[in-house]
Amino acid sequence: MIAHAIFFYTFSLIAVVSAIMVTASKNTVHSVFFLILDFISISCLFIMIGAEFLGMIMLIVYVGAVAVLFLFVVMMLNVAQQKNQWFSGQATSKHIPVGLIISTLIFFEIIIVIGGWKYKPEIFDINNSLAYTSVSNTHSLGQILYTDYIHVFQISGMILLVAMVGAIVLTFRQRSGVKKQSYIKQISRERAEGVEVLEVQSNKGVKIDD
Amino acid sequence: MTEIGLGHYLTLGAVIFSIGIIGIFLNRKNIIVILMSIELILLAVNINLVAFSIYLGDLAGQVFTLFILTVAAAEAAIGLAIIVVYFRNSGTIRVEEIDELKG
Repeated sequence: MIAHAIFFYTFSLIAVVSAIMVTASKNTVHSVFFLILDFISISCLFIMIGAEFLGMIMLIVYVGAVAVLFLFVVMMLNVAQQKNQWFSGQATSKHIPVGLIISTLIFFEIIIVIGGWKYKPEIFDINNSLAYTSVSNTHSLGQILYTDYIHVFQISGMILLVAMVGAIVLTFRQRSGVKKQSYIKQISRERAEGVEVLEVQSNKGVKIDD
Repeated sequence: MTEIGLGHYLTLGAVIFSIGIIGIFLNRKNIIVILMSIELILLAVNINLVAFSIYLGDLAGQVFTLFILTVAAAEAAIGLAIIVVYFRNSGTIRVEEIDELKG
């Protein structure tokens, strides 16, 4: 139990510090790297608590896809030079107290709800939880994901499809001056615009202007 | 202190949620960091759902975490596409200068 506590405090300390650094870092690329560190430590917590499948999926989806997407956009837009500071300029100063007040209020509200909540201790006993059953986490998740939640699963696939189409449509642009093959133009060519019959006079030849 | 219970995980979720909200309010320079703060908030919600799922012995929380992950990935892709298009059109993604709606 003491090892569990040590690992929990280590990973959660790393997660909280890197979350602070995501918002406070001056360089946007550093923010993305701290976001990756945050995701990795949270997925370590998930694996430690017994949700191995979600921990691995977090690693694949967030670190492998979303964070790399953020990195690509940061590098593409060249915003690393635009320094990202809290306390500079006139426009920032009036937002700081509002943000601090609202976030501390939300934090203490959640803490009050957690601390003042009464429950039977045997309901939340770790010993009768999912971590100690014989079926693995991935197996049991798959058993209910494809039976009870099949419609929600397919709707989430539709959401991903719509997001993919939307991202392509948003960032697609037609450049002028680029030569491209157009098969509609190719197969709709008539004889009249392709071939011309000329009377060739002797000793004069044909002048082709193109 | 050494017995890690449900309250510890919920407190960690609350801390990360608050940091995400602070990030949205205090960051006035770069809109990409605001998107990252939204990812932090979704991560805090995921921590809560997984902790409840494990301690209650009910797998529905992990299934919903999977769907939240899906929606978060879609949201990040669409949001970054919008940012790229906006940067192409206006040349800046500083939050102070995005004021065309006069909000």
